[in-house]
Amino acid sequence: MPFFGELYGNPSSAYSIGAQAAEALAEARKTIASLLGAKSGEIYFTASGSEADNWAIKGAAQALREKGRHLITSKFEHHAVLHAMESLERDGFEVTYLDVNENGIVDPAALEKAIRPDTTLVAVMLANNEIGTIQPIAEIAEIAHRHKAVCFTDAVQAVGNIPVNVKDLGVDMLALSGHKIHAPKGIGVLYIKTGTRVRTLIDGGGQERGRRGGTENVAFAAALAKALSIAVERMEDNARVAALRDRLADGLLARIPYARINGDREKRLCGNLNISFEFVEGESLLLWLDKNGICASTGSACNSASLEPSHVLLSIGLPAEKAHGSLRFTLSHENTEEDVDYILDTLPGIVQRLRDMSPLYNSSMARIADVAVRG
Amino acid sequence: MYSEKVIDHFTNPRNVGEIPDANGVGEVGNATCGDIMRIYLKIDDNGIIEDAKFKTFGCGAAIATSSMATEMIRGRSIEEALSLTNKAVIEALDGLPPVKVHCSVLAEEAVKTAVADYYRRRGEEVPAAAIVCDGCCEACAHKAQEE
Repeated sequence: MPFFGELYGNPSSAYSIGAQAAEALAEARKTIASLLGAKSGEIYFTASGSEADNWAIKGAAQALREKGRHLITSKFEHHAVLHAMESLERDGFEVTYLDVNENGIVDPAALEKAIRPDTTLVAVMLANNEIGTIQPIAEIAEIAHRHKAVCFTDAVQAVGNIPVNVKDLGVDMLALSGHKIHAPKGIGVLYIKTGTRVRTLIDGGGQERGRRGGTENVAFAAALAKALSIAVERMEDNARVAALRDRLADGLLARIPYARINGDREKRLCGNLNISFEFVEGESLLLWLDKNGICASTGSACNSASLEPSHVLLSIGLPAEKAHGSLRFTLSHENTEEDVDYILDTLPGIVQRLRDMSPLYNSSMARIADVAVRG
Repeated sequence: MYSEKVIDHFTNPRNVGEIPDANGVGEVGNATCGDIMRIYLKIDDNGIIEDAKFKTFGCGAAIATSSMATEMIRGRSIEEALSLTNKAVIEALDGLPPVKVHCSVLAEEAVKTAVADYYRRRGEEVPAAAIVCDGCCEACAHKAQEE
């Protein structure tokens, strides 16, 4: 990483190592633009995906507030989007939160019904971060534009996992984050289509063509460009990863009664599996999995500081008690069939063990054949 | 995030199960909140807790506090069981993360609810020390579900 050493220059300065940093930044911008089907001048570096979400939503809402004060989003967006919307509600904007269907998809017809002449912004995520479902953004953007509204998509979970082209999607703004694609934490991008009116969120010294103040993080921008290039190359492996994911999903459903997959099985990211097990709680599943060397996550309240179950799982109609028993597995190109089979050998026993001590589980219910738990 | 003792009581919980001839059973929490604890007590004629068992739906801390609470009251008198505090359970487990303190409250309340059930079954007045809220520790936004 030369940008922490010999190329430490500030890209805005006149000295030569500054120029080299500026060149590296321009190169990173160009790479990212070309991978997204955008122009270099439409790529803005931010400090995170959350900043990009906040900038897009607050910036567009404020820039267009004379035209209207109605915004539309969905119920299962990332909190960076939902909380930015709530902040705008406190400032006098009106927000419609679209329902998500039981498969975890936002229905474009619902948008068509909710959109009004004073709607200025439609913000729907490209792929959900918990259940991996991919949204019909091209259709959503078309509806937004027909009603003269701006369309923003939070593509943090999608970029690097599925092909993302801003022209094909037809969006005016798109947010992405570095750490989701193995770049360092603390770098994000907001794509802003030329001509889109967005008020500046961070005022400062004229960086990012005067639209986002703060000295650019050259090293992380370069890392993000590299990480995105690698992620796009690895998409060749998506079909194999999806096959592994399906092997895991089908295997768990076959071995464990009272289980269900959360989210559409087809329209979802290749590496995502979100599955609920009745009568048990997610954090205790995670602790046992961790003891067996398996890392997963859960939508249970017990795993969060808020003590509320996942708003994503509730949005697709899961009752709270089933949301508590959810697990999310994320598979990547590095995973193998052996990894999947190891989970299939390990998890059923863990679920049975916890069900056996659950007051919700009746011992006469269908049992899992193999109840041995390793560790 | 958890102490070794919590992990020990989670992975090797003591006193899991039911007591078929229990004479005091208490259940607190609800599935919406993500924690349900049910404690079974077998109390002898001298008011000594012969046996205590539990069944719990919940996180690692919920299971560990159930395990520890039943350990702490076995062989003790009813009065001693009623004086069990959530703080004592936390101390015995070498601490709990702040967000998990409500699990220890549930454990204390499950014991008291089981003792209250014992008195009710005998047709006796429930001592004030055994009366707790209706199965919700109020740690979360949900209200206790109606029976």
